[in-house]
Amino acid sequence: MKKTVLFGTLAAAAVVAGAAGAGTLEDVIARGELNCGSNAGLAGFSAPDANGVYQGFDVAMCRAVAAAVLGDPMKVKVVPLSSETRFTALSAGEVDMLSRTSTWTYSRDTDLKLDFVGVNYYDGQGFMVKKSLGVSSAKELDGATVCIQTGTTTELNLADYFKANGMTYEPVPLKDNAEAEQQYSSGACDVYTTDASGLAATRATFADASEHVLLPEIISKEPLALVVRHGDDQWADIVRWTFNALLTAEELGVTSTNVDEMAAAPGLNPEINRLLGTEGELGAMMGLSKDWAVKAIKAGGNYGELFEANIGASTPIGLSRGLNALWTQGGLQYSPPFR
Amino acid sequence: MADPAYVRDQMLPPQKAPSTEVGTPRWIRENLFSGPLNTFLTVAALYAVYVVVGTIGPWLSRSVWNASTLQECRAIVEATYGAGKTGACFAVINERWQQILFGFYPRDLYWRPTLTLVLMLVALGPVLFTWVPRVFLWFSFAFPAVAFWLLWGGSVWLPITILLGFGVAYVVFRVLTPINGLLGIVAAIVAPILYWLFICGPLEEAIHSLIPLGLHQLYSDDFGGFLLSTVIGVSGIAFSLPIGILLALGRQSDLFIVKTACVAFIEGFRGVPLITLLFVASLLLNYFLPPGTEFDIILRVIIMVTIFSAAYMAEVIRGGLAALPRGQYEAADSLGLDYWQAQRLIVMPQALKISIPGIVGNFIGLFKDTTLVSFISLQDPLQLVSSIRANQEWNGIYWELFMFVGFLFFLFCFSMSRYSMYLEGKLKTDHR
Repeated sequence: MKKTVLFGTLAAAAVVAGAAGAGTLEDVIARGELNCGSNAGLAGFSAPDANGVYQGFDVAMCRAVAAAVLGDPMKVKVVPLSSETRFTALSAGEVDMLSRTSTWTYSRDTDLKLDFVGVNYYDGQGFMVKKSLGVSSAKELDGATVCIQTGTTTELNLADYFKANGMTYEPVPLKDNAEAEQQYSSGACDVYTTDASGLAATRATFADASEHVLLPEIISKEPLALVVRHGDDQWADIVRWTFNALLTAEELGVTSTNVDEMAAAPGLNPEINRLLGTEGELGAMMGLSKDWAVKAIKAGGNYGELFEANIGASTPIGLSRGLNALWTQGGLQYSPPFR
Repeated sequence: MADPAYVRDQMLPPQKAPSTEVGTPRWIRENLFSGPLNTFLTVAALYAVYVVVGTIGPWLSRSVWNASTLQECRAIVEATYGAGKTGACFAVINERWQQILFGFYPRDLYWRPTLTLVLMLVALGPVLFTWVPRVFLWFSFAFPAVAFWLLWGGSVWLPITILLGFGVAYVVFRVLTPINGLLGIVAAIVAPILYWLFICGPLEEAIHSLIPLGLHQLYSDDFGGFLLSTVIGVSGIAFSLPIGILLALGRQSDLFIVKTACVAFIEGFRGVPLITLLFVASLLLNYFLPPGTEFDIILRVIIMVTIFSAAYMAEVIRGGLAALPRGQYEAADSLGLDYWQAQRLIVMPQALKISIPGIVGNFIGLFKDTTLVSFISLQDPLQLVSSIRANQEWNGIYWELFMFVGFLFFLFCFSMSRYSMYLEGKLKTDHR
């Protein structure tokens, strides 16, 4: 195959790529597998377990979509993407959707021709310092050495923040989180700054976690969202409403354990009935089966269950819901109605 | 004459040399404390060794091999050696070593890469050591096809029909050369290409539908860890040497077009960082190829790595060619050898011998460069290390995984380096 493929490709390379094939939904169904771009390794969000199966909060989103479309949460090929290659891979059609802690920004949405269809985690940039430094606010960090990952939005946010507050700092540029952890814990810098979820995960790994504190300031908005390509609105709807189904399920008290029972027969709450397909034809409106939401919820649970299982307070990462609580509980997670 | 009392009339038994002039003390004095500067350096070096060993030694000696999380590791160390002590947590290696070696290759199929490795050693035998019977060279020639089939699986007829292309080339060459030498050579190049383009695929499908025989098909996403590094590294090494030789010869050629093409190739690819070529392989090609084209990512990477390495190799070999005295070329001419005979019998054996250190240096560099593929999201050992660290069980572990990966890379590179020294010694014919 090596050679035939090579020559076949050389011949075919002359042909201009041109219009994409059928819709993404048809492609996924024909393939029998969802290609989902995610992180090669980010604690709690995406990481392969001892059997090589990817687990995590971001991967759970992929599994929910696969369950809704294909009926099987395991029919996902998780494609690990680096931060440099993620958007290109999506544009080039290598993956059908991206669930890889990608911040929704103006230029990515417009210039890169992407659609951000649902914010699965509201994050923000924070600071971590050693307790012994005696600092209780980011405003006291004038002149500090700061460990920071290069090529990220956090680098720019940091510069903006210090400039706005008339402070100076000395950056210690680092390649990735692993290196940053090592440099910070060996004392190469006073402060480590990245997304607050990343700081919490990093802090949890220290043997002396109680010696480190997260400062209260959050200096940026980092809405981490699910992403699809421009130009296939049906597919964008599927990803968006699968995510909304997980949110609505939590809001209405539908969990992975009681969903079967609730879906068996129409209940008293009409919105639950519409969501679970016991009333109306919501699934067919976007080309899916009647019980698409049931399968998505059964894949891992509703939004709250997924959060608790992967990054919540009971895990070593121990993130609290905060901004990611439902709107009914003072957070920002809000699904439009299923009607 | 009075006998002079001071004259000795018997031999003294020989005395031992002063203790500072023999054995270890002498060696120490001459090598370690022969002057103020050396004394200072010795003391400083001893102190450095003491600090390193004093830090790492206890940490290593308190290693834990059986635990399921980093927290458990830390608890075991504290329980065994007292609070506040730290120790190495090799339990992560114990749990994940297969992933670092094989990536996500299915666990029940590990025998396939393992068998491939064994066969690779067999195939390398006749190439590396002259005492292995020459018949095994045929196996070495067929090995790439065997390895491809074993690793990726699929129909057994695919590699066989591809190998048949070489047979086609040979037959065409044999039939046409008596008619016209140049025609024979051109036809021997064109015929297999036509065969691979148009006949190979349908032929393979036809035989496969008659006699379906094959292994479970695997895809490149399953490859990872040292399996991936070795596949890319070994293919790159095996293909870049012959291409490099041809490029080096082409660069020295008197034929204008050949020379220009070779110079452009060499300078072009040497002037670009490898990582750029890898990005081209992984991202840019996708934009040019029609949607749905399956062009294996590992194959793309192998092609890029081979091209890159061949450009370097060509310059190393050109150095060897330049070191040969003019008289060697003239001697070949005076014997009436044609160009290829002269290259094969006189020039190349000497030029390659001179370039061995450079060539092997290139090989080692290439093998280590395979870790760059993590930038295009392939699962090389270092990428797997960060994936493993991202698990909640092992988040926070650092040195242990890198030590393991570093150790394995050292094994590969050190054996290559030792082999090059063996080869240099064996081929040493001058009297320096």
